[in-house]
Amino acid sequence: MLKNKGVAFKLILVFSTTSLAVMGMIGTFNYHYWLEILEKNVVENAGNLAKSTVNRIETIIVSTEKVADNFAGFIENGPLTEEELKRFLRTNVGENTEVYGSTVAFEPYAFKTSEEYFAPYFFKKNKELEYVFLGSDFRYQYRDWYQIPKELGRSYWSEPYYDEGAGEAMMSTYSAPFYERTPEGRKFRGVVTADISLDWLQETVSSIKILETGYAFLVSRTGTIVTHPIKEMIMNETIFSIAEARGDEGLRDIGRRMIQGASGIVPFTSMVTGKECWMYYEPVPSTGWSLAVLFPKDELLADITRLNKILTVVAMSGFLLLLLIMAFIARSITRPLRAMAKAAGVIATGDLDAKLPMVRSKDEVGQLADAFGRMKRSLKEHIKKLTEATAARERIESELNIARKIQMSILPKALSDSDLKGAGFDIHAVIHPAREVGGDFYDHHYIDSDRFCFVIGDVSGKGMPAALFMAVTAAFFKATVRTEQKPDEVLRIVNEELNLQGDQSLFVTVFFGILNTKTGEVLYANGGHNKLVVVRANGETLFLDSPEGMIIGVMENVHFKTGKCVMKQGDTLFMYTDGVTEAMNEKKELFTEERMMKALAQLHGSDTREIISALLKELKNFSGKAPQSDDITMMAVRYGVRGQ
Amino acid sequence: MAILVPFLAGGNEAGLTKVRFMTHWSPQAQFAGYYVAREKGFYEKYGIDLEMLPSGPNYSAADYLVEGKTDIAVLWLTQAVQKRSGGAKLVNLAQMVQRSGLMLVARKSDGIVEPGDLNGEKVGIWEGDLSLQPKAFLKKYGLNVETVRQSYTVNLFLAGGVDAVSAMWYNEYHTILNSGVNPDELTTFFFSDHGLNFPEDGIYALKGTFTKNPDLFSGFVKASVEGWLYAFAHPKEAVDIVLEYMRRAKVPANRVHQMWMLERFKDLMMPGGDESALGRLDREEYERVAAMLKEAGLIVTVPDFDTFFVPAGEHAEK
Repeated sequence: MLKNKGVAFKLILVFSTTSLAVMGMIGTFNYHYWLEILEKNVVENAGNLAKSTVNRIETIIVSTEKVADNFAGFIENGPLTEEELKRFLRTNVGENTEVYGSTVAFEPYAFKTSEEYFAPYFFKKNKELEYVFLGSDFRYQYRDWYQIPKELGRSYWSEPYYDEGAGEAMMSTYSAPFYERTPEGRKFRGVVTADISLDWLQETVSSIKILETGYAFLVSRTGTIVTHPIKEMIMNETIFSIAEARGDEGLRDIGRRMIQGASGIVPFTSMVTGKECWMYYEPVPSTGWSLAVLFPKDELLADITRLNKILTVVAMSGFLLLLLIMAFIARSITRPLRAMAKAAGVIATGDLDAKLPMVRSKDEVGQLADAFGRMKRSLKEHIKKLTEATAARERIESELNIARKIQMSILPKALSDSDLKGAGFDIHAVIHPAREVGGDFYDHHYIDSDRFCFVIGDVSGKGMPAALFMAVTAAFFKATVRTEQKPDEVLRIVNEELNLQGDQSLFVTVFFGILNTKTGEVLYANGGHNKLVVVRANGETLFLDSPEGMIIGVMENVHFKTGKCVMKQGDTLFMYTDGVTEAMNEKKELFTEERMMKALAQLHGSDTREIISALLKELKNFSGKAPQSDDITMMAVRYGVRGQ
Repeated sequence: MAILVPFLAGGNEAGLTKVRFMTHWSPQAQFAGYYVAREKGFYEKYGIDLEMLPSGPNYSAADYLVEGKTDIAVLWLTQAVQKRSGGAKLVNLAQMVQRSGLMLVARKSDGIVEPGDLNGEKVGIWEGDLSLQPKAFLKKYGLNVETVRQSYTVNLFLAGGVDAVSAMWYNEYHTILNSGVNPDELTTFFFSDHGLNFPEDGIYALKGTFTKNPDLFSGFVKASVEGWLYAFAHPKEAVDIVLEYMRRAKVPANRVHQMWMLERFKDLMMPGGDESALGRLDREEYERVAAMLKEAGLIVTVPDFDTFFVPAGEHAEK
């Protein structure tokens, strides 16, 4: 199908496909190149972001730990009064912004033998410092923040919890145990606590904004979600319950690595957007917590995607421009070509005046257009000449046609059966000029009631001069026969007349005879013409030896002799011009007298029409496609009634 | 006219009898069957308009029942036996949970794989009725351990403060798993596997109210059993209902945890998938529980089994 399309189409198709492929290759390479660079950077950036956030959290945590640790050491060093304890606690909570609340919780009856529970608690509420005494209704010794450091024998960061009854806030508590030195050894006396508000932690972690929808979340050392953009997940889900809900064993393994204090980067599906992310996790060493930082993959790629979009737009614009330019160039080439094709089509219909398109350029197209123009002009000229020549020839041809008609009208009409009724003889003649007009002629007519004369001639040369000379000769014969009936005299007179014309270049051979229709006697004279053939009724065929005379029209004062022969019933006299015997076939062979005589011998008994048409047929068969080279004339005279 | 007045809290337009109902703990999948039966209209089918009373650690369902503040309560067998022994005329209409979910959990990494390995270790034990089985367990295997009174969380165990911890299979055990400890890292001692099975949740009413309208209670038991079977057959839908009840009670809810709990209750209520066990109270197990309560000094006399267990579902069929 492509081969039916125009040059412009093919040109644009090939160039656009190629340039698209090249642009595609560049785009793909560009994408992957930047992707690699970006992914290399992302691990580093994620790690840095996570580490810096962890550091911020650590700073708070460490300073909170110090508050409790220092106070625990202080208590171990010397007994404090209730008032002193409360004053220190108030100061610790009031002056340390990161400390949300703090208490000193004693073992039963350890502070006062009269009181089972002793735990004064100071905490911040709406920026005000509040105080509550944690007593018997609180039963703090079974709280994690008390029991766990006691059982562990070391300080402990509690799992995040919602503190009902006292702080009424989401918090995590750091508990530093303090001891009494007794002779039996170290004896547990209680814990000093310092709470941090998870609201603060949530603010810190949720302030981390990564790209568009990236976020960070914090899990405790049991994997519990401590901070998360989805509030319902906080304290309600662990990284492991999420793994269970997702049926994701891999996430469970990641969770275990997180709570074991490892760091790393893993693929993770965002719980907020459901997007695929990279998750970098980094431990918070003091608390055993783990911070996870999520980078949505698609947003990471946003820059590349944007770059690619810009590149695509630029490339497509360039491509369109290229396409336009190509279309323009292709059009500038093909438009004159198309116009020329159209013009050539018009010229092909014969309209040589069709306007050729203007091409100003001097390139191949311009050269083609010039050549085309020159061709058109010379063609026009040639055709003009041809037209003129054709007109001239047509004129000559029409004149020749007229001449031919005139010439043919000079010849006598073929005699019909009624003309010959009772005549006692039968005559028929044909003339086939090689060209429109010829130099052969024949004539026959009655001289008186008993005598019938006939003549056959062949003017030298062909065409119009021969035709005119033939007409003159025929006219002389007609005129002469009126006054003179002796054949030799007739030839002599005609010769004299023709010589008077003075033109020596043309001459004529003539056979002239007079038949006495009563007796069958034929008197004749021969002026350089072919011999007369006699076909006897019995089939004998022979040339008639006769007195032969000079060719007529060559010289003056020539005398001829009259010959005589007598025809019996059924005999035929046959006269012809050399157009018969010298007719050529395609092999340039001549018909010859032998072939003619052989044909005539088989035709005895036939009437004159049959003889002549049979010979014409024989000649045609012999010649084949070879053109007729000379005028052919035949005349046959049969003595006796036609048809007998 | 008195006959026309519905016996309990009164009737409503649909001709349903209002019944007050209370569970012994906050809403969770432990009570899924009752929520499902209520939401699916099973109680209405039996002419009951069920009113769910608030429940949780601040409410004692046993006290509410004894004081007539609720018509029906889901109670632990040990709680109910103690109340009965103390003179309260409550009866067990259906024993729903056949197997005890109570267990001890320890770490294999601490070298604990069989009961004997607990010797000399620190073991976390809850207070009250929940201490009976572990103490019997320790006694049975002659273990000398340091017991630590256990709080509501398992953080003491997770932090390494105790070597073994009491846990409910349907609750704390799953919490431990979802704190990042894998099952294959843990050794479990189910008390039911050590000849110390305690049937747990049962449906209770006061004998007096039950006797006056046994068909109503029979209907409640039947609807509840239908509710449970539906919940087991449609766990997702059941958990959705449970989560809605938890949300309404403002109790933190975790879907996978509730799903785990529902599945474990299926195991505990129909051990081996035996549906016919639903509602039955085994006499031998009752006698063992009562004997242990007596031994622990929690009851003085063992209540008669036949007057204690009055299977309401069977009563109605008879």
